[in-house]
Amino acid sequence: MTEKIKINLNRVSMPKQEPEVRAHNFNEVAQGYTLEMAMEEAIRCIQCKKRPCVPGCPVDIDIPGFIQAIKDGDMPEAVRIMKDKNALPGICGRVCPQETQCEEVCTLAKKGAPIAIGRLERFVADWERKAPDSAVSRGGGRGGFSLPTGRINSPLPFNKSAGKKGSPEGSPRRVAVVGSGPAGLTAAAELAKMGHQVTLFEALHVPGGVLVYGIPEFRLPKEIVREEVEYVKSLGVDLRLNSVIGKIETVDELLAEGYDAVFLGTGAGLPMFLNCPGENLNGIYSANEFLTRTNLMKSYLFPEYDTPIKRSKRVAVIGGGNVAMDSARCALRLGAEEVYIVYRRSRKELPARLEEVENAEEEGIVFKFLTNPKRFIGNDQGWVTGMECYEMELGEPDESGRRRPIIKTGSEFIIDVDMVIVALGTTPNPLIPSTTDGLETTRRGTVVADEETGKTVKDRVWAGGDVVTGAATVISAMGAAKRAAADIDAYLRGL
Amino acid sequence: MYRILHREDLTPNTHLLRIDAPAVARKAQAGQFVIVMIDEVGERIPLTIADWDRAEGSITVVFMEVGKTTQKLATLHAGDSLHAFIGPLGKPTEIENVGTVACVAGGFAIAVIMPIARALREAGNRIISIMGFRNKDLVFWEDELMAVSDELIVTTDDGSYGRKGLVTEPLRELLETNKDVKRVIAIGPTVMMKFASRTTEPFGVKTIVSLNPIMVDGTGMCGCCRVEVGGKTRFTCVDGPDFDGHLVDWDLLITRQSIYLDEEKRTLDIWSKQQVGVTGCSII
Ligand SMILES: Cc1cc2nc3c(=O)[nH]c(=O)nc-3n(C[C@H](O)[C@H](O)[C@H](O)COP(=O)(O)OP(=O)(O)OC[C@H]3O[C@@H](n4cnc5c(N)ncnc54)[C@H](O)[C@@H]3O)c2cc1C
Ligand code: FES
Repeated sequence: MTEKIKINLNRVSMPKQEPEVRAHNFNEVAQGYTLEMAMEEAIRCIQCKKRPCVPGCPVDIDIPGFIQAIKDGDMPEAVRIMKDKNALPGICGRVCPQETQCEEVCTLAKKGAPIAIGRLERFVADWERKAPDSAVSRGGGRGGFSLPTGRINSPLPFNKSAGKKGSPEGSPRRVAVVGSGPAGLTAAAELAKMGHQVTLFEALHVPGGVLVYGIPEFRLPKEIVREEVEYVKSLGVDLRLNSVIGKIETVDELLAEGYDAVFLGTGAGLPMFLNCPGENLNGIYSANEFLTRTNLMKSYLFPEYDTPIKRSKRVAVIGGGNVAMDSARCALRLGAEEVYIVYRRSRKELPARLEEVENAEEEGIVFKFLTNPKRFIGNDQGWVTGMECYEMELGEPDESGRRRPIIKTGSEFIIDVDMVIVALGTTPNPLIPSTTDGLETTRRGTVVADEETGKTVKDRVWAGGDVVTGAATVISAMGAAKRAAADIDAYLRGL
Repeated sequence: MYRILHREDLTPNTHLLRIDAPAVARKAQAGQFVIVMIDEVGERIPLTIADWDRAEGSITVVFMEVGKTTQKLATLHAGDSLHAFIGPLGKPTEIENVGTVACVAGGFAIAVIMPIARALREAGNRIISIMGFRNKDLVFWEDELMAVSDELIVTTDDGSYGRKGLVTEPLRELLETNKDVKRVIAIGPTVMMKFASRTTEPFGVKTIVSLNPIMVDGTGMCGCCRVEVGGKTRFTCVDGPDFDGHLVDWDLLITRQSIYLDEEKRTLDIWSKQQVGVTGCSII
């Protein structure tokens, strides 16, 4: 090709609520592209031959393909291409860490202006939601969780028959799916579409897992999650809320009672604490508690909703991941005057999604890098009033490849706070492993399962998502569930 | 939805509900609890299981009106439904034959100590129960507790019924005079459990208490229910609710129970005003 491609390095920015405004409400921050903006951004794509973005996507979406369709103004085609590989673009476009996946490897990334693939993905999804009568929607394009992971080589014929009910040859097989987060919903939908009879057990009173109890409304409107759950139910999945497996019934009992297979998508819901002095003072929350109260129980609407939450003035959030960003930004919206993110490494190592770090900075969240708590200080009434911290410096890289933070001796200093949110990460709840015979777990409490098939060492039991990997991402949980569903289906057909 | 099959008022502000929840009833054991949500905007609150009927598929809970949620719960009747009902949660009480067990309960906790006393007795223990109330009008289930006990002592704070004083006095006397008492189970308001544990400590008699911190999920997910036992942080909903009373950091528990006092007062005020409005209308 001799024709010179004119490269446009101006990424089209996405309209957002102004930081001063959004810091006081729980409405969605990012408002999405208009059609004009989406076209303008799509036109920037040079449709390079190498297509590095496709393998950069954990589910191999034909990214240049859907971008070309936007460019052509053929939105139904864009939806079709997208949903061929990922039927949850509305969620993924909002929460995937694009900057370390597709956008990181975009040819234009070298020039510092990768195509805003995530924003375009979201635009396609929102376009479809707003156009319920579109041909794509009617034609089964609303494929819910139809998410073949391109990583598995055998394309599944039944994936195409979105919405197909009824049994495969012979009598329908029964599958119990435990947990209704991204992994459980995906597995349930896939298996139902394959013709199996699926019961989906969820411990909480609302389905959706982290999508409803963790990720706040201002980042992922719950209405979007609700629609996906409705879609899964429409496939014939029997959703049983308020059912804690391991308590109301054990996995072994499910297997004995006639379920042919069990898929565990129970996530990593157990909060870690620092184990440093004063951690049980009033005003110190785990991020899980703080976010569950705020998002699931809607305590930001207290007293209209009955669950209370403390509204504090000076809040420190410990950690640097998405959970920390979400906690900090919720605290701000609940009325805090000063919110700190206390992170023991530097900005470069922050594991959170870049867009959320930028949003947090814009909103005035103060980052205290290379800082780690030593102990918490309380008053006579047992409320936290301060946090003593160490300054840290970065040493040699550790197993994770990131430079290991080391305490600077004698660097202790105190931050005055009246609330602390501990967002150090989570591990799987031991409830199921401890009540199930023959399930193998790692030292970190994760369930051991085959990476390709999700099969655990226990007969007839599969697992996928955070319960296997430890806290990871929505898209990886969905991919794992998809692969497990294929393997479960193969097993059930062999029965 | 979980239907209320039966409601009974044990005292003016202590109520019993029998709830249709067959799956929970199948598994319930003494000492476990359920999480209840009245409606979509409600809180998730823990209630100890007072009884179960596996044949009927029902769970019985007994609660005292304290804050808005329990007051709202008290407005429900047979035929009404609860939005969510999750259980059985927590570890069951350890039931073993140790000889003689003293079961000490205060107020509404009489109802929750019942299945424990019954199970301990079925396991071959001799049961000496001590039940304490503020006054005569609040006494309930004396006969019921007697039926699962070998001996029963009733106290009231004001002496209007039974022995005058707190449960800790007969408890101390019992331990002084009866060396066969090998275990004490104490359930009731936190302060009562704290002082019951203080009372038994010098005697070295193992004392099991059932802690009642604030909870959200009840499944180990949030850490809201954390307590310190023997210097270690434990989650009441999964590691308990039963703990060794001699090892519990009572002051920490009491402090943590007070986190939302201001908020609770605020919703209760709003709720009470609305209730006045409701009655006002019905009078017209
Ligand atoms: C605050 C927060 C923000 C995040 N932000 C992002 C982001 O921006 N992008 C991204 O990609 N990822 C993000 N993540 C991570 C992502 O949400 C998870 O990786 C993903 O949800 C894992 O899905 P899952 O289905 O494995 O587990 P979960 O979503 O945790 O779902 C597990 C479900 O199982 C239920 N369950 C557990 N035990 C039982 C039992 N015994 N019986 C019945 N049900 C049970 C739970 O109640 C829950 O509903 C975030 C996580 C958090 C906490
Ligand atoms: S109530 Fe949430 S962990 Fe116990």
